[in-house]
Amino acid sequence: MNFLEAKKVIFEYVRRGKDGEVDGFKRAIDEVDLDISQGDFIAILGPNGSGKSTLAKHFNSLLHPTEGTIYVDGCDTTDADKIWDIRKSVGMVFQNPENQMIGTIVEEDVAFAPENIGIDPEEIKQRVRESLVMVEMQDHRKSSPSKLSGGQKQRVAIAGVLAMHPKCIVLDEPTAMLDPEGRREVIRAVRALNDVENITIILITHNMEEAVYADRIYVMKDGRIAMSGTPREIFSRVEELEECRLTVPQVTKLAYELRKGGLDIPSGILTREELCRAICR
Amino acid sequence: MIRDITLGQYYPTDSVLHRLDPRVKLCGTLIYVISLFLFQTFTGYIVATVFLVSMIALSHVPVKFIFRGLKAILFILVFTAVLNTFLTPGRELVSFWKITITIEGVRLAAFMILRLVYLIIGSSLMTLTTTPSNLTDGLEKSLGWLKVFRVPVHEIAMMMSIALTFIPVLLEETDRIIKAQQARGADFESGNIIRRVKSLVPILVPLFISAFRRANDLAIAMESRCYHGGDGRTKMRPLAYGFRDIMAYVVLVLYLAVVIVVGIMF
Ligand SMILES: Nc1ncnc2c1ncn2[C@@H]1O[C@H](COP(=O)(O)OP(=O)(O)OP(=O)(O)O)[C@@H](O)[C@H]1O
Ligand SMILES: [Mg+2]
Repeated sequence: MNFLEAKKVIFEYVRRGKDGEVDGFKRAIDEVDLDISQGDFIAILGPNGSGKSTLAKHFNSLLHPTEGTIYVDGCDTTDADKIWDIRKSVGMVFQNPENQMIGTIVEEDVAFAPENIGIDPEEIKQRVRESLVMVEMQDHRKSSPSKLSGGQKQRVAIAGVLAMHPKCIVLDEPTAMLDPEGRREVIRAVRALNDVENITIILITHNMEEAVYADRIYVMKDGRIAMSGTPREIFSRVEELEECRLTVPQVTKLAYELRKGGLDIPSGILTREELCRAICR
Repeated sequence: MIRDITLGQYYPTDSVLHRLDPRVKLCGTLIYVISLFLFQTFTGYIVATVFLVSMIALSHVPVKFIFRGLKAILFILVFTAVLNTFLTPGRELVSFWKITITIEGVRLAAFMILRLVYLIIGSSLMTLTTTPSNLTDGLEKSLGWLKVFRVPVHEIAMMMSIALTFIPVLLEETDRIIKAQQARGADFESGNIIRRVKSLVPILVPLFISAFRRANDLAIAMESRCYHGGDGRTKMRPLAYGFRDIMAYVVLVLYLAVVIVVGIMF
């Protein structure tokens, strides 16, 4: 069995009227099937309101499917006995770094999760040290989070999740509030975790350039998986992507236009170097 | 003005006071505050001043930083001083028109101001030298016996620690909202009291909405990181008394003794 499997998952938010009576349902996830193996780097793309965050909250049992099932590491996410095991193995990083800091000192914040799990003090210290090294924040362990840049804060948030020793990290638009430098820092850290520690990464993003590094991309639209495939496959379908109100990376777009104009270059070009090589050939 | 509130803020540096067990500091602050209200004489205040000044010196927190906290309560200070000076009956000092200033009034006003100032400085010295999590750890541990009476000590401690963490965030947010509303032409400085209170609505509404959204985000983030109340929770640095803390308790007992002696003799 794969690490994460979703089978025909449907989720409906209950819409309520003024007096709290049920007014209707809003289907945010519609028959989603997923199959993710341990060590994969997955990117989920989609326009606003397509249900990405709602889906992400299913992965660590914050929300339960209305219909269908999700298995994480062989456990059903609705199994109340397994909920803490699931949350331990699937860490979550959210968009706003300020709203997920619990400690007033970096170190304390990173220690929060292992403290909740009930780990011994000595082991906690070790995990905090290791987690901060993994995201290259060890020099800031005594700083106050409010003094850090956005990219640094987000890396501390990642360290806070790493201290649980998770098998998978879900990042919900972790770079949306960051400047380009902060984005690069965070993506570099995430890729290193995937490469070195073999941690499964599920990256939800609006930024196509970040999705290029993924092993596999899922594109969501109106709660459904509209497209899925490798970055090369996905980015060669420029028109379909634009239908989903997503813009492909600039290089890909340029290559696509050139190809349409009659130039003989392969589809699904992802980097500038590739395009150069294709043109010079 | 909003930036001037130092109560509840931590000043990161290294000093003896920073390294003390939070339970000692809590106990010390409590004793100090009580002693302030026991003193009725100037000799007493000399003792309190000496104690406070030596603590400030030990804390390595810049004096400027400590006194900044007083700006926020300046209004209360002036108000108390004026009320006490003019409204206390007693022997006449000066008198003009219908107003009489009495010796007792001046004395009482001076005492009240000293008390308030020392109270604020004393308690902000505790929060300046103790991280919020340490502070709440201390509270949780020293009030642990209340659990017998079904008091949710852990939950209260967690609430306090989150509140303290979010004070700077929300203050910054308030500043930002005020500026944003001013940029749209909102006027907070003129008009009578009712108009001014009314002009606060466009600040408070967005502030509350944002606070609720933050609270929701934080709750989800905490749950994602396996938070499930105080049961089975461990600590990275469990509180434990050391030699330094015992010495500090000895100092506190000495201070208490001096307070009692001064109270009886003078
Ligand atoms: N708590 C809620 N109650 C009711 N409806 C909700 C709730 N949260 C989200 N929705 C609705 O569910 C749909 C999917 O929302 P979701 O937040 O998952 O989208 P998203 O893809 O994460 O969007 P974004 O890119 O803006 O983060 C939206 O139509 C939204 O209005
Ligand atoms: Mg979202």
